[in-house]
Amino acid sequence: MATTVVHGVPTTAAPPQTRVYRGIWSWVTTVDHKRIGVLYGVTAFAFFLIGGVEALLIRTQLAVPGNRLIHPETYNQLFTMHGTTMIFLVVMPLSVAFFNIVVPLQIGARDVAFPRLNALSYWIFVTGGIFLNAGWLLGASPNAGWFSYANLTERAYNPGPNQDFWTLGLLVLGTASMAGAFNFIVTIVNMRAPGMSLMRMPVFTWMTFVTSFLIIFAFPIITVALIQLLFDRHFGTNFFNAAAGIDGDTLLWQHLFWLFGHPEVYILILPAMGIVSEILPVFARKPLFGYAVVVYSGIAIAFVSFGVWAHHMFTTGLGPVANAVFLTTTMAVAVPTGVKIFNWIATLWGGSLRFSVPMMYAIAFVSMFTIGGLSGVSHAVVPSDFQQQDSYYIVAHFHYVLFGGAIMGLFGGIYYWWPKVTGRLLDEKIGALQFWVMLIGFNLAFGPMHFLGMNGMPRRIFTYPEGMGWDLWNMVATIGAYLMGFGVLLLIHNAAVSLRRGQPASGDPWDGRTLEWAIPSPPPVYNFATIPVVHGRDAWWLMKHPHRSEREGTTDTDRVDVQLGGRHLGVVETPDDPSRESPAAYEDAHHLGIHLPDGSWFPVITAFGLTFFAAGLIFGWWLTGLGALMMIFGIYAWCYEPING
Amino acid sequence: MEHAVASAHAAEHEHETSTGLDNRKLVMWAFLASDCLFFGSFISTYMIYRGRSPTGPCPHECVLNGVHYEGIFSIPYTSVSAFVLLMSSLTMVLALAAIQRGDHRGLRVWLLATALLGSVFVGGQYFEFTTFYHHGLSLSVNLFGTTFFVLTGFHGAHVTVGIIMLLSLLLTSLLGRLPASDSLTVELTGLYWHFVDVVWIVIFTVVYLLPA
Repeated sequence: MATTVVHGVPTTAAPPQTRVYRGIWSWVTTVDHKRIGVLYGVTAFAFFLIGGVEALLIRTQLAVPGNRLIHPETYNQLFTMHGTTMIFLVVMPLSVAFFNIVVPLQIGARDVAFPRLNALSYWIFVTGGIFLNAGWLLGASPNAGWFSYANLTERAYNPGPNQDFWTLGLLVLGTASMAGAFNFIVTIVNMRAPGMSLMRMPVFTWMTFVTSFLIIFAFPIITVALIQLLFDRHFGTNFFNAAAGIDGDTLLWQHLFWLFGHPEVYILILPAMGIVSEILPVFARKPLFGYAVVVYSGIAIAFVSFGVWAHHMFTTGLGPVANAVFLTTTMAVAVPTGVKIFNWIATLWGGSLRFSVPMMYAIAFVSMFTIGGLSGVSHAVVPSDFQQQDSYYIVAHFHYVLFGGAIMGLFGGIYYWWPKVTGRLLDEKIGALQFWVMLIGFNLAFGPMHFLGMNGMPRRIFTYPEGMGWDLWNMVATIGAYLMGFGVLLLIHNAAVSLRRGQPASGDPWDGRTLEWAIPSPPPVYNFATIPVVHGRDAWWLMKHPHRSEREGTTDTDRVDVQLGGRHLGVVETPDDPSRESPAAYEDAHHLGIHLPDGSWFPVITAFGLTFFAAGLIFGWWLTGLGALMMIFGIYAWCYEPING
Repeated sequence: MEHAVASAHAAEHEHETSTGLDNRKLVMWAFLASDCLFFGSFISTYMIYRGRSPTGPCPHECVLNGVHYEGIFSIPYTSVSAFVLLMSSLTMVLALAAIQRGDHRGLRVWLLATALLGSVFVGGQYFEFTTFYHHGLSLSVNLFGTTFFVLTGFHGAHVTVGIIMLLSLLLTSLLGRLPASDSLTVELTGLYWHFVDVVWIVIFTVVYLLPA
């Protein structure tokens, strides 16, 4: 990393670390953003396998007509948990894994703003995720679909604990998402290295920022809807009770749910868009085309996403005016999305392209997401939507955006940042094979669902009779699904090979552009030995090529006034040639005077307390009491813990 | 270089941030913004269901299906408790002013006063809920009961959490662990407290004062 010379600031030494945990306890008590990121990634991948097995069971059941392999009630639980798992326990936390690992490195920070809060987010996520899945043990998993429409979920119609696992599980998981989002908003606003102005931030950091705002504004709405459902089921309220004499409105649930639910789909896709915006410039060896427009488009998507929810409700009879309004806003949200797609294509245009695995996934993201986006526009059109509502065409659409989009982008991110996290490269040959297996399997699985939907196959049926014309494409889809399962096994194989005998990666294996590539792989615990000073977009690229930068027009000046917290720190001259930096330059954090926070038990205790507190409603009030005591202890001990970070 | 390193990290340790705002202050503002959506959703639910109950009791005097119901609200009573809550914001400001000038005795007095005023409000709400219940308004009886109790109940829960925070600050101060340099902690509790207060102004207006 380039050393910078800052003149005229007094020196103070930071206190040494006081407590060190080792082995597994160092992972349990860790507050290091990189370790928490790895924990998030591994846990989310485990849930990905669970959700994937659920998907394969669904596809096995649907492979042939009239199949009686899976009981209809079990089938309901499978598709409900498949959707809920993939959204809340896979795509979101996998994105958060990258937020954790990448964002502090990209902005040149030592850690996130609130390291212990970060640990709390993770532990709430993992305990909440296990709790949500605990229904399987009782044979009573959630069974009302991932959007759990009222009044199917009311106690009168769904008396078992199934929907309680869903309601309480999502309430718990929501606190994890919100705590993480608050953390990243503050981190990005406040922890940027000197010179890293907002419009110099890497696009992935930008998308993390936008996604975090979506989370803190969308999750309170689902929280309220879930509380109302909980109160209806357990405390006798009438929020969704349409019985005569009460006259509640079941549509209230749909409004609240989709007011959350549509921003939620952008919470799922924006991080993947950020990842792709990082990968494409590196492997095209060109700056991102129209950086500012890409950023503004992301912000525009976030704003408009709060105004499109009723396009999920065209068939509920809202009336022509409401339908026309939401048709228009839904069309409008496609515009910034389309702008981004053209920016990505223009980034590739004229670049010297390298087709490494991250690049292949990034290109797959752009093309598959475009297909999903186009089918999405087709059901923004109200009369067309009337035909498509609740058919397999919808299933095809959202798998093209969420698997072809989000998961392809996240897989690209795995291949791209794996060497940074582990210090080893993934195998390119296995990777390329894995990519093609996934891509072909994906299109075989979900492409035919467009035809099935158009031919009238409704979603969520556990079987179908022969002679509907659906047999062939269902079989093809099932074969595709198994191919994807094989692709996931290949990814695990590739990861195992890499960890055991993978080729060691340098700090900058892809000739990257952003600051995470400026430090060794894996990064030292303190990240940056010196806080970098940022001179323009693609900060690391500018440090590597200080003299070409002016010609490329991506830097403002070689002489920068450094300010921190509004205080003038000094003037920085041309950055040094980074090649002078050697591993020996990195000494232990204490010697460098870098302050590292201690590990802490209290986030873990508080997280378990919260989940026990919620689970008590199903398993008995004693558990609620225990959870409350653990939370009270955890929070107070946390507040009075000696502040060392 | 060594020099620059140490100073950069020392600067970080003094909580100097990109914006100059303290991290904790920023996160409190973000939390309050998020909490607006929480109350916003409950208030919206209340507004959507307002006047749609086919049976009483009603907030204000009403005739439903030929049955006459007395209004259940007592505006003078709730105005007094709203006033008490508003005054607690004043004492909260005085508590912050006290610690900022290093007056620990003043801090404790005003923290206690704020907590007491908050408790009077919550106590008043408890009494109000009980009275309403005896007049036949329950969670289950109609949409008004459902939306009213859950909305105001969650506001009361917010006030209760605020009281616990105030008493925790008071205890911390009595233990001598709240130095004047930590006035930000009091300020943050104050931000939360004022927010809960403002939310009550909205709820009081929308739920109690708007004519049917």
